[in-house]
Amino acid sequence: MKNKAEFVYVTYIHSTVEKVFDALTAPEMTRKYWAHLNVSDWKVGSPWKHEDANDGQLRLVGKVLEKDPPKRLVISWAFPADKDNEAKHTRVTFLVEPGPNAVRLTVTHEELEPGSDMDKGIRRGWPVVLSNLKTLLETGSAMDTKTLFAFSKK
Amino acid sequence: MDKVFKALADPSRRKLLDVLRTDNGQTLGELCQHLDMSRQAATKHLKLLEAANLVVTVWRGREKLHYLNPVPIHEIYERWIGKFERQRLRALYDLKEGLEKNYEK
Repeated sequence: MKNKAEFVYVTYIHSTVEKVFDALTAPEMTRKYWAHLNVSDWKVGSPWKHEDANDGQLRLVGKVLEKDPPKRLVISWAFPADKDNEAKHTRVTFLVEPGPNAVRLTVTHEELEPGSDMDKGIRRGWPVVLSNLKTLLETGSAMDTKTLFAFSKK
Repeated sequence: MDKVFKALADPSRRKLLDVLRTDNGQTLGELCQHLDMSRQAATKHLKLLEAANLVVTVWRGREKLHYLNPVPIHEIYERWIGKFERQRLRALYDLKEGLEKNYEK
Protein backbone atom coordinates (compact mmCIF):
# COMPACT_ATOMS: atom_id res chain seq x y z
CA MET A 1 0.00 0.00 0.00
CA LYS A 2 1.00 3.59 -0.54
CA ASN A 3 2.38 5.33 2.51
CA LYS A 4 3.32 8.53 0.73
CA ALA A 5 0.94 10.95 -0.94
CA GLU A 6 1.27 11.74 -4.59
CA PHE A 7 -0.39 14.21 -6.93
CA VAL A 8 -0.53 14.58 -10.69
CA TYR A 9 -1.66 17.91 -12.14
CA VAL A 10 -2.19 18.58 -15.83
CA THR A 11 -2.90 21.77 -17.70
CA TYR A 12 -3.10 22.42 -21.45
CA ILE A 13 -1.54 25.69 -22.53
CA HIS A 14 -1.73 27.36 -25.94
CA SER A 15 1.97 28.11 -26.19
CA THR A 16 5.25 26.43 -27.16
CA VAL A 17 7.21 23.87 -25.14
CA GLU A 18 10.13 26.31 -24.97
CA LYS A 19 8.00 29.08 -23.50
CA VAL A 20 6.41 26.75 -20.94
CA PHE A 21 9.79 25.37 -19.88
CA ASP A 22 11.20 28.88 -19.65
CA ALA A 23 8.23 29.99 -17.53
CA LEU A 24 9.12 27.32 -14.94
CA THR A 25 12.80 28.20 -14.65
CA ALA A 26 13.09 31.96 -15.29
CA PRO A 27 12.66 34.00 -12.07
CA GLU A 28 11.31 37.03 -13.94
CA MET A 29 8.54 34.75 -15.27
CA THR A 30 7.74 32.87 -12.06
CA ARG A 31 7.46 36.24 -10.29
CA LYS A 32 4.48 37.11 -12.52
CA TYR A 33 2.27 34.07 -11.98
CA TRP A 34 3.73 32.36 -8.90
CA ALA A 35 4.61 35.40 -6.74
CA HIS A 36 7.90 33.65 -6.07
CA LEU A 37 11.27 33.53 -7.78
CA ASN A 38 12.65 30.15 -8.83
CA VAL A 39 16.41 30.69 -8.74
CA SER A 40 19.08 28.24 -9.94
CA ASP A 41 21.56 27.67 -12.74
CA TRP A 42 19.40 24.56 -13.40
CA LYS A 43 22.37 22.22 -13.85
CA VAL A 44 21.91 18.67 -12.60
CA GLY A 45 23.14 18.56 -9.00
CA SER A 46 22.80 22.32 -8.48
CA PRO A 47 20.64 23.75 -5.69
CA TRP A 48 17.50 25.72 -6.50
CA LYS A 49 15.57 28.09 -4.25
CA HIS A 50 12.06 29.49 -4.14
CA GLU A 51 11.91 33.04 -2.80
CA ASP A 52 8.86 35.10 -1.95
CA ALA A 53 8.69 37.89 -4.54
CA ASN A 54 7.18 40.32 -2.03
CA ASP A 55 9.45 40.00 0.99
CA GLY A 56 12.42 38.06 -0.41
CA GLN A 57 12.02 35.28 2.18
CA LEU A 58 13.34 31.84 1.33
CA ARG A 59 10.34 29.47 1.17
CA LEU A 60 11.63 26.28 -0.44
CA VAL A 61 14.94 24.67 -1.29
CA GLY A 62 16.04 21.64 -3.27
CA LYS A 63 18.29 20.28 -5.95
CA VAL A 64 18.06 19.78 -9.68
CA LEU A 65 17.83 15.99 -10.08
CA GLU A 66 17.23 15.58 -13.83
CA LYS A 67 17.03 17.97 -16.71
CA ASP A 68 16.18 17.49 -20.37
CA PRO A 69 15.07 20.89 -21.70
CA PRO A 70 12.52 21.79 -22.90
CA LYS A 71 10.85 18.47 -22.07
CA ARG A 72 11.57 17.42 -18.54
CA LEU A 73 12.81 18.78 -15.24
CA VAL A 74 12.97 16.89 -11.94
CA ILE A 75 13.75 18.70 -8.68
CA SER A 76 13.72 17.92 -4.99
CA TRP A 77 11.50 20.21 -2.93
CA ALA A 78 11.69 20.92 0.81
CA PHE A 79 11.17 23.58 3.45
CA PRO A 80 14.44 25.40 4.26
CA ALA A 81 14.35 23.92 7.81
CA ASP A 82 14.50 20.40 6.28
CA LYS A 83 17.35 21.22 3.92
CA ASP A 84 19.69 18.62 5.43
CA ASN A 85 17.00 16.10 6.30
CA GLU A 86 16.62 14.16 3.05
CA ALA A 87 13.84 11.98 4.47
CA LYS A 88 11.60 15.04 4.35
CA HIS A 89 12.46 16.00 0.79
CA THR A 90 9.69 15.66 -1.74
CA ARG A 91 10.07 15.32 -5.48
CA VAL A 92 8.56 17.31 -8.33
CA THR A 93 8.63 16.32 -12.01
CA PHE A 94 7.68 18.76 -14.76
CA LEU A 95 6.87 17.17 -18.09
CA VAL A 96 6.28 19.46 -21.07
CA GLU A 97 4.82 17.73 -24.13
CA PRO A 98 3.74 19.22 -27.44
CA GLY A 99 0.20 18.40 -28.61
CA PRO A 100 -1.89 19.11 -31.70
CA ASN A 101 -3.56 22.18 -30.17
CA ALA A 102 -1.72 22.94 -26.99
CA VAL A 103 1.26 22.07 -24.85
CA ARG A 104 0.49 19.57 -22.10
CA LEU A 105 2.21 20.40 -18.82
CA THR A 106 2.19 17.61 -16.23
CA VAL A 107 3.39 18.27 -12.70
CA THR A 108 3.89 15.20 -10.52
CA HIS A 109 4.55 15.78 -6.81
CA GLU A 110 5.72 12.66 -4.97
CA GLU A 111 7.16 11.50 -1.65
CA LEU A 112 4.81 13.65 0.41
CA GLU A 113 4.07 12.81 4.03
CA PRO A 114 0.24 12.54 4.15
CA GLY A 115 -1.28 15.32 6.25
CA SER A 116 2.00 17.24 6.57
CA ASP A 117 2.15 21.01 6.06
CA MET A 118 3.85 20.37 2.74
CA ASP A 119 1.09 17.97 1.65
CA LYS A 120 -1.62 20.48 2.57
CA GLY A 121 0.26 23.42 1.11
CA ILE A 122 0.92 21.96 -2.31
CA ARG A 123 -2.68 20.72 -2.69
CA ARG A 124 -3.83 24.31 -2.40
CA GLY A 125 -0.91 25.78 -4.27
CA TRP A 126 -0.52 23.83 -7.50
CA PRO A 127 -3.99 24.43 -9.00
CA VAL A 128 -3.56 28.18 -8.36
CA VAL A 129 -0.04 28.31 -9.81
CA LEU A 130 -0.82 26.22 -12.87
CA SER A 131 -4.01 27.99 -13.85
CA ASN A 132 -2.24 31.33 -13.42
CA LEU A 133 0.68 30.14 -15.57
CA LYS A 134 -1.83 29.19 -18.27
CA THR A 135 -3.48 32.62 -18.02
CA LEU A 136 -0.13 34.40 -18.26
CA LEU A 137 1.12 32.51 -21.30
CA GLU A 138 -2.20 32.69 -23.14
CA THR A 139 -3.19 36.27 -22.39
CA GLY A 140 0.13 37.96 -21.61
CA SER A 141 -0.89 38.94 -18.09
CA ALA A 142 -1.47 36.99 -14.90
CA MET A 143 -3.81 37.49 -11.94
CA ASP A 144 -2.63 39.93 -9.31
CA THR A 145 -0.17 37.82 -7.34
CA LYS A 146 -0.67 39.83 -4.13
CA THR A 147 -4.14 38.38 -3.73
CA LEU A 148 -3.40 35.17 -5.61
CA PHE A 149 -2.76 33.08 -2.51
CA ALA A 150 -5.17 34.87 -0.20
CA PHE A 151 -7.83 32.24 -0.78
CA SER A 152 -5.52 29.27 -0.97
CA LYS A 153 -3.35 30.11 2.05
CA LYS A 154 -5.96 29.21 4.63
CA MET B 1 -14.95 24.30 -20.38
CA ASP B 2 -18.18 22.70 -21.71
CA LYS B 3 -16.62 19.33 -21.05
CA VAL B 4 -15.85 20.26 -17.43
CA PHE B 5 -19.43 21.30 -16.69
CA LYS B 6 -20.81 18.25 -18.47
CA ALA B 7 -18.48 15.97 -16.53
CA LEU B 8 -19.46 17.58 -13.23
CA ALA B 9 -23.19 17.45 -13.97
CA ASP B 10 -23.56 13.89 -12.73
CA PRO B 11 -23.61 12.67 -9.12
CA SER B 12 -21.72 9.44 -9.90
CA ARG B 13 -18.89 11.35 -11.50
CA ARG B 14 -18.74 13.82 -8.62
CA LYS B 15 -18.61 10.84 -6.26
CA LEU B 16 -15.69 9.43 -8.27
CA LEU B 17 -13.84 12.73 -7.79
CA ASP B 18 -14.64 12.67 -4.05
CA VAL B 19 -13.22 9.17 -3.76
CA LEU B 20 -10.03 10.27 -5.53
CA ARG B 21 -9.77 13.34 -3.35
CA THR B 22 -9.70 11.10 -0.28
CA ASP B 23 -7.21 8.67 -1.77
CA ASN B 24 -5.47 9.85 -4.90
CA GLY B 25 -3.93 7.49 -7.45
CA GLN B 26 -6.29 4.48 -7.53
CA THR B 27 -6.77 1.69 -10.05
CA LEU B 28 -10.16 1.03 -11.63
CA GLY B 29 -10.59 -2.00 -9.35
CA GLU B 30 -9.90 0.04 -6.21
CA LEU B 31 -12.30 2.76 -7.35
CA CYS B 32 -15.09 0.25 -7.97
CA GLN B 33 -14.81 -1.01 -4.39
CA HIS B 34 -15.89 2.43 -3.14
CA LEU B 35 -18.69 2.87 -5.62
CA ASP B 36 -22.02 1.31 -6.26
CA MET B 37 -21.44 0.84 -9.97
CA SER B 38 -20.21 -1.72 -12.46
CA ARG B 39 -16.73 -1.68 -13.95
CA GLN B 40 -18.25 -0.74 -17.30
CA ALA B 41 -20.15 2.20 -15.83
CA ALA B 42 -17.07 3.40 -13.93
CA THR B 43 -14.96 3.14 -17.09
CA LYS B 44 -17.49 5.23 -18.99
CA HIS B 45 -17.58 7.92 -16.29
CA LEU B 46 -13.79 7.99 -16.02
CA LYS B 47 -13.51 8.49 -19.76
CA LEU B 48 -15.66 11.62 -19.56
CA LEU B 49 -13.73 12.89 -16.55
CA GLU B 50 -10.46 12.32 -18.41
CA ALA B 51 -11.72 14.12 -21.51
CA ALA B 52 -12.53 17.08 -19.26
CA ASN B 53 -9.01 16.86 -17.73
CA LEU B 54 -10.54 16.39 -14.28
CA VAL B 55 -8.93 12.98 -13.98
CA VAL B 56 -5.39 12.19 -15.12
CA THR B 57 -4.08 8.66 -15.57
CA VAL B 58 -0.54 7.40 -15.12
CA TRP B 59 0.76 3.91 -15.86
CA ARG B 60 2.83 2.35 -13.06
CA GLY B 61 4.04 -0.95 -14.46
CA ARG B 62 0.87 -2.82 -15.37
CA GLU B 63 -1.38 -0.64 -13.22
CA LYS B 64 -3.27 2.35 -14.52
CA LEU B 65 -3.64 4.85 -11.70
CA HIS B 66 -6.25 7.62 -11.64
CA TYR B 67 -5.55 11.05 -10.13
CA LEU B 68 -7.87 13.95 -9.40
CA ASN B 69 -6.81 17.03 -11.36
CA PRO B 70 -8.45 20.13 -9.86
CA VAL B 71 -6.74 22.60 -12.23
CA PRO B 72 -9.76 23.04 -14.58
CA ILE B 73 -12.01 23.71 -11.57
CA HIS B 74 -9.62 26.40 -10.46
CA GLU B 75 -9.78 27.95 -13.94
CA ILE B 76 -13.55 28.24 -13.57
CA TYR B 77 -13.07 29.82 -10.17
CA GLU B 78 -10.60 32.36 -11.53
CA ARG B 79 -12.90 33.26 -14.39
CA TRP B 80 -15.94 34.12 -12.31
CA ILE B 81 -14.53 35.05 -8.94
CA GLY B 82 -12.45 38.19 -9.03
CA LYS B 83 -9.73 39.15 -6.63
CA PHE B 84 -12.10 41.25 -4.51
CA GLU B 85 -14.82 38.64 -4.10
CA ARG B 86 -12.19 36.10 -3.11
CA GLN B 87 -11.71 37.34 0.46
CA ARG B 88 -15.39 38.05 1.08
CA LEU B 89 -16.36 34.57 -0.11
CA ARG B 90 -13.68 33.07 2.10
CA ALA B 91 -15.14 34.93 5.07
CA LEU B 92 -18.67 33.77 4.24
CA TYR B 93 -17.51 30.21 3.76
CA ASP B 94 -15.70 30.26 7.12
CA LEU B 95 -18.82 31.64 8.79
CA LYS B 96 -21.02 28.93 7.27
CA GLU B 97 -18.55 26.19 8.20
CA GLY B 98 -18.15 27.49 11.74
CA LEU B 99 -21.89 27.79 12.33
CA GLU B 100 -22.67 24.39 10.87
CA LYS B 101 -19.96 22.77 12.95
CA ASN B 102 -21.45 24.29 16.11
CA TYR B 103 -24.91 23.00 15.27
CA GLU B 104 -23.57 19.50 14.87
CA LYS B 105 -22.25 19.45 18.44
